[in-house]
Amino acid sequence: MKTFSFIYDKLNWEEIKEKIYKKTDADVKRALASYNRNIDDFMALISPAAEQHIEYMTQISNKLTQQRFGKIIQLYIPLYLSNYCVNSCVYCGFNRNNNIKRISLTYDEIEQECKVIKEQGFDNVLLVSGESSEKANFNYLINALSIARKYFSAVLMEVQPLNTNQYLQLVKEGLYGVYIYQETYNKEKYKIYHQDCLKADFYYRLETPDRLGEATINKIGLGFLIGLDDWRTESVFMAIHIKYLEKKYWKTRYSVSFPRLRPYGNRFIPKVNITEKELIQLITAFRLFNTELEIALSTRESPKFRDNAIKIGVTNLSAGSKTNPGGYTISCDTDNQFDVHDNRSQKEIAERIKSLGYEVVWKDWFMLQNN
Amino acid sequence: MEDKLVIADKSFSSRLFLGTGKFSSGELMERAILASGCEMVTVALKRIDMRGQNDNIMQYLNNKSLQILPNTSGVRTAKEAILVAQMAREALQTNWIKLEIHPDPKYLMPDHIETLKAAEELVKLGFVVLPYVHADPVFCKQLEDVGVAAVMPLGSFIGSNRGLKTEDFIKVIIEQSNVPVIVDAGIGTPSHAAAAMELGADAVLINTAIAVATDPVSMAESFKLSVIAGRKAYKAGMSYSLEHSMATSPLTPFINDL
Repeated sequence: MKTFSFIYDKLNWEEIKEKIYKKTDADVKRALASYNRNIDDFMALISPAAEQHIEYMTQISNKLTQQRFGKIIQLYIPLYLSNYCVNSCVYCGFNRNNNIKRISLTYDEIEQECKVIKEQGFDNVLLVSGESSEKANFNYLINALSIARKYFSAVLMEVQPLNTNQYLQLVKEGLYGVYIYQETYNKEKYKIYHQDCLKADFYYRLETPDRLGEATINKIGLGFLIGLDDWRTESVFMAIHIKYLEKKYWKTRYSVSFPRLRPYGNRFIPKVNITEKELIQLITAFRLFNTELEIALSTRESPKFRDNAIKIGVTNLSAGSKTNPGGYTISCDTDNQFDVHDNRSQKEIAERIKSLGYEVVWKDWFMLQNN
Repeated sequence: MEDKLVIADKSFSSRLFLGTGKFSSGELMERAILASGCEMVTVALKRIDMRGQNDNIMQYLNNKSLQILPNTSGVRTAKEAILVAQMAREALQTNWIKLEIHPDPKYLMPDHIETLKAAEELVKLGFVVLPYVHADPVFCKQLEDVGVAAVMPLGSFIGSNRGLKTEDFIKVIIEQSNVPVIVDAGIGTPSHAAAAMELGADAVLINTAIAVATDPVSMAESFKLSVIAGRKAYKAGMSYSLEHSMATSPLTPFINDL
């Protein structure tokens, strides 16, 4: 079976980057006027030449988003299962080389966390775990899923890449979606950031959405980390990836996320910076490129930015997030994956969203068992 | 005689139905429904949380005279649709179901193979089935044959506000149908709605065009008026339009000389 690797290998990072930076004002205007925007148009919208059109892009993005999704925002919340990890991603708090307090929740503790999250009003949950065959193996994940399914209609996962059979089993158990970020689409840089660990296999990660598509999962969340390489070039690779996936796995919906890496402690300083204005350009360029894409924004961003992002194309916000295992019930002293910037409670965020003229949607899936 | 629309065992004075998604608040949705004068609204079962404290859309739809039409939005197969219809019947105490099966989450195009299977089964299970379909006249007849209560052909893509792109096919469906024809999806302006009614559609279903308007309440009223106007015009027997003006130099006077 041909996977995205086949297309990826024909792409050249430097050539694409050069193309983006050579886009002109006329290219941007053509892209803005276009009805069905292609990758070339996307390159123009993401280029430095589009900077002076960001306000206009935002206006269109707002209209397209409202028409497709309505005046609503969906809230989600992560549930960290385990911070044990065999990988050495230099930007991540759970890096195996970091001397942090590690725990993996017991099934009872997972159930307790689910109860608390459910009481807060959520009807969906994102299960997150570091990769560890000892402390959080596949069996552990599938059991965690069954526990969460008792409380939530939509359960999603953000864990290590799995194989197709494992995804088929999870889908059968009612898994709704998987977030799998490529981190960086630059193969050479990827090697540097993920040395001597399971995650070092670039292609296995790159082909993960193919395996999820094979399993006909409902939703796949893609993303790259802002802070590892040129974000404009990353975004074009991701746009090509999405276009490929939509055509091939047409029963699946897609979401994207643009996590800006934040320094943790003094151990990691992001290599690439992006301004908030550029982040708006990134979000709106994706919206203009793909009307149906869900765009999620995490609590890494500031309250002010998140409040405004509602009107520029974002459809999903995390709220009240704790990024350490047991964060909602048992423990405040395990270490975080990243520091949360928007510390408001889910209730405060929901009220703010309403005051901005949007409805908060908590439930958007069926409570079907073993569908 | 009053011009009532009868679907299954219910009659409706209003020929405008509303969808309940995309509104910026439950209160606003409630006011828009009231202003529209509509008597039936469709609600996605996936959005209904009977246990939830935060998000109970049903609290805004408790007007007793409002017929609730739960829909299966989100399902990808006949099997899932049947399951969801049964859940809806239990949760909402109604055997009415808007059957929509769209495995494609991008354009939300209805899957006819699965829709026919599900419709047949649901009718057997005692449901009043209103299926969302492409404007396909043959398929509408096939659905009629398995016992659906109405057909709901699309005007264009869901949520697109692009109007009656399928007009020619809708005309054929209206001409041939023995069950009510409700134009669903794509109607973006009151004039589109009036046009559908002038063609002889029995009703229209609107959501995005009202929910996403700057003033949904006022827009709901506009749709109410346009649906009434379109229906009245249809009933009044419209004058015809001609491709060309009448020739001033007639071609047939020679007949008198024969």
